Amino acid sequence: MSLTLIVLLPFAGALLPAWAARRSRSASAWTAGAVAAASFALLLARAPALFAGEVARAAWEWVPELGLRASFRLDGLGFLFAFLILGIGLLIVLYARHYLGAGDAMGRFYAYLLLFMGSMLGIVLSENLVLLLVFWELTSLTSFLLIGFWSHKAAGRQGARMALVVTGGGGLALLAGILLLGAIVGSYELTDVLAAGEQIRASPAYLPALALVLLGAFTKSAQFPFHFWLPHAMAAPTPVSAYLHSATMVKAGIFLLARLHPALAGTPEWFFLVTGAGLATLVVGAYVALVQHDLKALLAFSTVSHLGLMTALLGFGTAAAAQVALFHVFNHAAFKAALFMNAGIVGHETGRLDLRRLGGLRRYLPVSAALAVLAAAAMAGVAPLNGYLSKEMFLAESLDLAELRALPWLVPAIATLAVALSLAYALRYVVGVYFGEPARFDRPPHEPPRAMRLPVELLVGVCVAVGLMPMLLAAPVVAVAARAAAGGGAVPELHLALWHGLNLPLLLSAVGLAAGVVVWRGAPRLERLHESALPLPEAKRIYDRALEACAAAARWLTARLESDSLQRYLALLLATALVALAGPLVAAPVEAGDAPRIPADPLSLAAWVLLVAGALGTVLRHRERIVAVVLVGVVGLVVSLAFVHLSAPDLALTQLAVEVVTVVLILLALELLPRRTPVESSRARKLRDGALAVAAGAAVGWVSWLLLTRPFESISGYFLAESKPRGGGANVVNVILVDFRGYDTFGEITVLAIAALGVFALIDGLGLPNAFRVAPDDEARHPLMLAVVARLVLPLALLVAVFLFLRGHQHPGSGFVAGLVVGVALILQYIASGIGWTRTKMPRDFHPLVASGLLLAGLIGIGSFLFAHPFLTGWFDYFTLPGIGKFELTSALVFDLGVFLTVVGGVLLILVHMGKAAESDAVRLPETGPRGE
Amino acid sequence: MELLLASAIGVLVAAGVYLLLRARSFPVILGLALLGYATNLFLFASGRVRVGLWPVITDGMKEYPDPLPQALVLTAIVIGFGMTAYVLVLALRARIELGSDHVDGDADDADRGGAP
Repeated sequence: MSLTLIVLLPFAGALLPAWAARRSRSASAWTAGAVAAASFALLLARAPALFAGEVARAAWEWVPELGLRASFRLDGLGFLFAFLILGIGLLIVLYARHYLGAGDAMGRFYAYLLLFMGSMLGIVLSENLVLLLVFWELTSLTSFLLIGFWSHKAAGRQGARMALVVTGGGGLALLAGILLLGAIVGSYELTDVLAAGEQIRASPAYLPALALVLLGAFTKSAQFPFHFWLPHAMAAPTPVSAYLHSATMVKAGIFLLARLHPALAGTPEWFFLVTGAGLATLVVGAYVALVQHDLKALLAFSTVSHLGLMTALLGFGTAAAAQVALFHVFNHAAFKAALFMNAGIVGHETGRLDLRRLGGLRRYLPVSAALAVLAAAAMAGVAPLNGYLSKEMFLAESLDLAELRALPWLVPAIATLAVALSLAYALRYVVGVYFGEPARFDRPPHEPPRAMRLPVELLVGVCVAVGLMPMLLAAPVVAVAARAAAGGGAVPELHLALWHGLNLPLLLSAVGLAAGVVVWRGAPRLERLHESALPLPEAKRIYDRALEACAAAARWLTARLESDSLQRYLALLLATALVALAGPLVAAPVEAGDAPRIPADPLSLAAWVLLVAGALGTVLRHRERIVAVVLVGVVGLVVSLAFVHLSAPDLALTQLAVEVVTVVLILLALELLPRRTPVESSRARKLRDGALAVAAGAAVGWVSWLLLTRPFESISGYFLAESKPRGGGANVVNVILVDFRGYDTFGEITVLAIAALGVFALIDGLGLPNAFRVAPDDEARHPLMLAVVARLVLPLALLVAVFLFLRGHQHPGSGFVAGLVVGVALILQYIASGIGWTRTKMPRDFHPLVASGLLLAGLIGIGSFLFAHPFLTGWFDYFTLPGIGKFELTSALVFDLGVFLTVVGGVLLILVHMGKAAESDAVRLPETGPRGE
Repeated sequence: MELLLASAIGVLVAAGVYLLLRARSFPVILGLALLGYATNLFLFASGRVRVGLWPVITDGMKEYPDPLPQALVLTAIVIGFGMTAYVLVLALRARIELGSDHVDGDADDADRGGAP
């Protein structure tokens, strides 16, 4: 359980800082920090067991039929990443408290940050691959919110959208890849997938699955040529950049490569795709970083470059190289977070991020300068810092490479070049900001608040300490992660040390660093060359153009499909349905079935004539709207009579009550709609519509006939047999509604409540005056006789409703019917006495009624959890009281009460607001005449 | 009886469809109501029709009508009411905001859809 809590706590606590922000900004930061710290503590509490070799698991069934389980695991790999996510996350919380200005919504920021943190933790602690994907996409969504946090800035919005499109699109590819893997292995559980490496690599679907998974990983980790979103994401507030681009978001792709390493790695395809992309990214990122002016852009491209390094190492496909990659993940997180925060401090104190307008800051910010020098040296791989260790190991691994026998020098040469470029851009950052010609400032900048610098100090401390004591501080956690990434395969003993003797990697390193100084010296010239002579295709422009083309294609298609005419849509829809139905209808047996028929009696025939007359009359007289409403009412009444005759008393009651309410409703609406429909359809149009109507009617009538004349096996035997013993009610229809299929009914009253709220919202939006006028002609509009009768009827109607409600479980009647009867009786008061009068006697607001009905039905459903039964399990028992005799108590009655309250509230909410609109003169419009008048 | 019910469903569908294709919102709503009756009757008919029975468990009774379609139709009737109410108010709002009760929002351009 505590394993799942690590992931769930940030989600559960995401709203707390937003709530605390109402008190104070510090309260908000403290709450966010407390949530993250709680999660961190749970993680650390599991460390001893983990280092003892235990892999913790926790699982809940989700959709077992599809192989979906909500299952989590904590192994070394997950631990390393979760440690970084939470550890650096805590530092970011502290840093952001002072970084964000007074105008920034701090509560919202921390809420997003915690959601993102939870999503990241979900990725690294998922056992089920589909669950992993869900969290993967959640990071895309939450990072969108974080990157676009300054939504007033166009760059922020665009950067957020670009990150979402690229990483979200990659997520779709990953989904397809995961489905392929699941199809090969037959399970989405990581334990099974990782154990099935041989099987996966031998499968014909290996290559497509690999390509799709890599697409997901490369887009997330900003590998070339998908690297372009990362620098644009720098429009985010710096704490976001520091978090997303050091320890989390972009590391998710690296994590995925390491996670699936045992399943996918070790083939030539893996080597060439992964190492190829990694090396290209390593060099391109480093080169572009060298020619940036913006501090954050420089760091962004250096991140791209370092991600390339880790990817390349994972591409080598050996356990040893993967171990080095994981060590570099750790190191990079420390020095890059420190550098981003440092850049944020520079921006915060000077308001500038452009290298051309900075310089000599070491006089004003001596401590920050020292910290920046150390962090940048770690990034460049200078001894004795942590970056040096992983860089040396990278060089050593590149020399050990077994593939590429034809060109053994190629990878080491690229690695050495990258070392040189890395030192050059590190120098450019440090010298450009803190040394050299001092920039002019109107107000001399000063050191930031201590709390803002503290995270940087801690991180730089980590860089130094790990460099000096790697075996003590880093080796255990890296080794346990590497063992997990090897999936049970052998991992060489991890030996971290500054001094390995005079060897080839050391030589390459020295050559690289020396070349780096030369490159740095030439950087200004390179920059000019880059800007004038090298017309490199700019990725953003290509992306923009592709996006524009997509939008244009969508517009073209929409214009083709949409004519903005409902009549045309409906006609097309019906015609399509008829055409689709034609085939099966022609193939269907022509003759009627042989089920026993019921002879028609004269009364039924008369009802049929009435119904047909009503329906056809509605069509013929539909222009006179009031007449048409009456005719539709006739049809409705005949339908309820049909239900009575055809053994469905509950339906007849409900239909009757609904009929009354509907007619009242339509008449109210007619107050605001024209009373007549103008003539405007052409003759051809009428013929077309008539033909469609006749065809549809004939088809449905024919199908009904074929259906009705055939015998069938009902599935209702169960309900009939179990209604009394298990539902405790004799009225099977009611027992189905409130017990067997109670969940459906719950959904249904929810829909009714939503419809009622929708009606309310639509009428409320009209901006009607709140006060009701009591017109002088009120007497005339509300005749005395009607008012008196209505008031007399009310108690009677309420009594009938109670009767219908209570007997519902055993005899025809139910919460629905009772609710409708009460609704009609109350509406009658409004009609008889006017809204103004009735409002003084009744609650003004029916929302609470609807809400309490839904709540009651939901609570009684949840109540069955207390007895370890599924949602809405019914309960009943018989009791005997002296004087009353034996009676039954059932939970279904309470559920039905919820239904009743929702129906009453919903009906009143709809009718009263409709009446309110109808009584108001503010919205009355002149009659619309026929066209052309 | 079966023939009466089947033909009644057919007539209701035909009338409903014709009204559904009218240009003003009000006949469309009436058409929806008629189609609603037809759909409910059709759903009800899928349990076959019986006369003079009772879906209430009674001692000594051997035969019952099919209760399941009845329960489904009961739900459908109430949902149908909710939908009618919502569409009505939508039509009302459209008429007030747009000044016309044409289903496409403007009366001057009524027939531009044309036949498919």
